[in-house]
Amino acid sequence: MNAAAAQIENLDRSSEALPLLSVRSVSKAYGARIGCTEVNFDIWPGEVLAIVGESGSGKTTLLNCISTRLEPTSGTIAYRMRDGEMRDLYQLGEAERRFLLRTDWGFVHQNPADGLRMTVSAGANVGERLMAVGHRHYGELRATATDWLGRVEIGADRIDDQPRAFSGGMRQRLQIARNLVTAPRLVFMDEPTGGLDVSVQARLLDLVRGLVNELGLSVIIVTHDLAVARLLSHRMLVMKDGRVVEHGLTDRLLDDPQAPYTQLLVSSILQV
Amino acid sequence: MTAHPQTSGYNFAYLDEQTKRMIRRAILKAIAIPGYQVPFASREMPMPYGWGTGGVQVTAAILGPRDVLKVIDQGADDTTNAVSIRKFFERVAGVETTTRTADATIIQTRHRIPEAPLREGQVLVYQVPIPEPLRFLEPRETETRKMHALEEYGLMHVKLYEDIARNGHIATTYAYPVKIEGRYVMDPSPTPKFDNPKMHMSEALQLFGAGREKRIYALPPYTDVVSLDFEDHPFEVQRFDRPCALCGAEQVYLDEVVLDDRGGRMFVCSDTDHCESRQAQGLRGELSGEAAQ
Ligand SMILES: Nc1ncnc2c1ncn2[C@@H]1O[C@H](COP(=O)(O)OP(=O)(O)OP(=O)(O)O)[C@@H](O)[C@H]1O
Ligand SMILES: [Mg+2]
Repeated sequence: MNAAAAQIENLDRSSEALPLLSVRSVSKAYGARIGCTEVNFDIWPGEVLAIVGESGSGKTTLLNCISTRLEPTSGTIAYRMRDGEMRDLYQLGEAERRFLLRTDWGFVHQNPADGLRMTVSAGANVGERLMAVGHRHYGELRATATDWLGRVEIGADRIDDQPRAFSGGMRQRLQIARNLVTAPRLVFMDEPTGGLDVSVQARLLDLVRGLVNELGLSVIIVTHDLAVARLLSHRMLVMKDGRVVEHGLTDRLLDDPQAPYTQLLVSSILQV
Repeated sequence: MTAHPQTSGYNFAYLDEQTKRMIRRAILKAIAIPGYQVPFASREMPMPYGWGTGGVQVTAAILGPRDVLKVIDQGADDTTNAVSIRKFFERVAGVETTTRTADATIIQTRHRIPEAPLREGQVLVYQVPIPEPLRFLEPRETETRKMHALEEYGLMHVKLYEDIARNGHIATTYAYPVKIEGRYVMDPSPTPKFDNPKMHMSEALQLFGAGREKRIYALPPYTDVVSLDFEDHPFEVQRFDRPCALCGAEQVYLDEVVLDDRGGRMFVCSDTDHCESRQAQGLRGELSGEAAQ
């Protein structure tokens, strides 16, 4: 990046001096057990943040707290609405919150069946969010669905098939299309490649990376796979026992881990 | 309110007064919030659920000694279901009954709205098996209640979308969903969509009772009722390419009647009172001579 471009980028940053999402002191306790504790971070427009850590470290708990699916025990999460105002997510009315979830956000579940309607066609799966916000032209809905299926590499001839008839990779791609159709600004993903074969995983990751760049999406992705984090994310949070043990730029963090736990994690991967 | 007379060992209209008051409160709430499903403590009735116990309870709660009751099933007054409900109220309320739409003050119905426009002062009581229009795609009651509360009706169009994707047109022909006063989406019960336009701005009060599901909902007179559709697939009623074979009526809902075992058939008004009234006025269809034999 040359100096002028860097300057413009800085100007852009300062003109929207607020992050997209701001997480402060978020903790979630399940009775006496810690889910996650004292988590702080911001995410900026167009940024991909990976939350990594071993099983049980609190990744899903944190993701669910941020995405309003699970109320934290304490802490605040503020989101910059489309009108520019920062709002505390847990102060939003339920109607506002659900509207946000269906329009400005996406949520890609590890298990596609949790994010898809398995008994309606692929086309209707993609069109549902549009219909929910008032689209009432069948021909246009179908054209949009066809276009989105194409973008996630599903043939137009599969538009009337139910996801039950799709492979795991196709289902996951359909779930992504269904989420992106309303041009969300922030997408949450919980182990999106979790249940897939390695070759299918690679293809899906390429696809996600392309879409993220093209659409300028902000993404918070949970993964226990450092390779996924390296491929997709700009920044990483490393979690252990519900705490963030290290937080930084992905390249820096993977090349030069500071926390002993991260060092262990990175070295164990490199040995494989 | 005057005390109702006791009839043949039952309280007037079978239900005790306290139960009737409870049902009336639900009805009043339903009228106040058109299209909203009001829960009520549905009672056991001396007939099976499939027989329209919801409608029967609503009728029992609003019936007065001077009411004139008509009961139809698929447009006909003489089916087993209609006859037994009519007999039931004759016995437990001693009210006058009729088959003539124009003479009735209360019409209890299963599957049809009479062809003749209803007037102010009349009440149409629908027997409803499944009141929840969102049930098809969302089985969880907690979720459907939330969807109604938050006006999240995208799923209704998902259902219509699937219809078009599968059939090339909206193939839903009965229980066709409607939006009430721009707010609640409602299932009009298994009436043919042919009857949907009759609900719109009707002069009569329309009450819907679902016994097994314990819900009552209502359309007060002159309520805005719009059938859901797509801009490029607008709502349309069924069209019949011929008039009634008995009375010559056009633009009415017709039933197919098999005449013999050689494939002979005719199409006649499903609303038997409508058909008979027209024939009494001397109106004739192409087969009325033969059918009279
Ligand atoms: N519903 C729950 N009730 C009680 N404890 C829970 C619940 N959900 C999670 N936990 C506990 O909270 C901690 C964090 O769990 P979480 O599911 O967030 O971990 P994770 O990092 O997503 O793990 P994984 O990689 O296995 O998905 C664990 O100790 C877990 O046992
Ligand atoms: Mg998890």
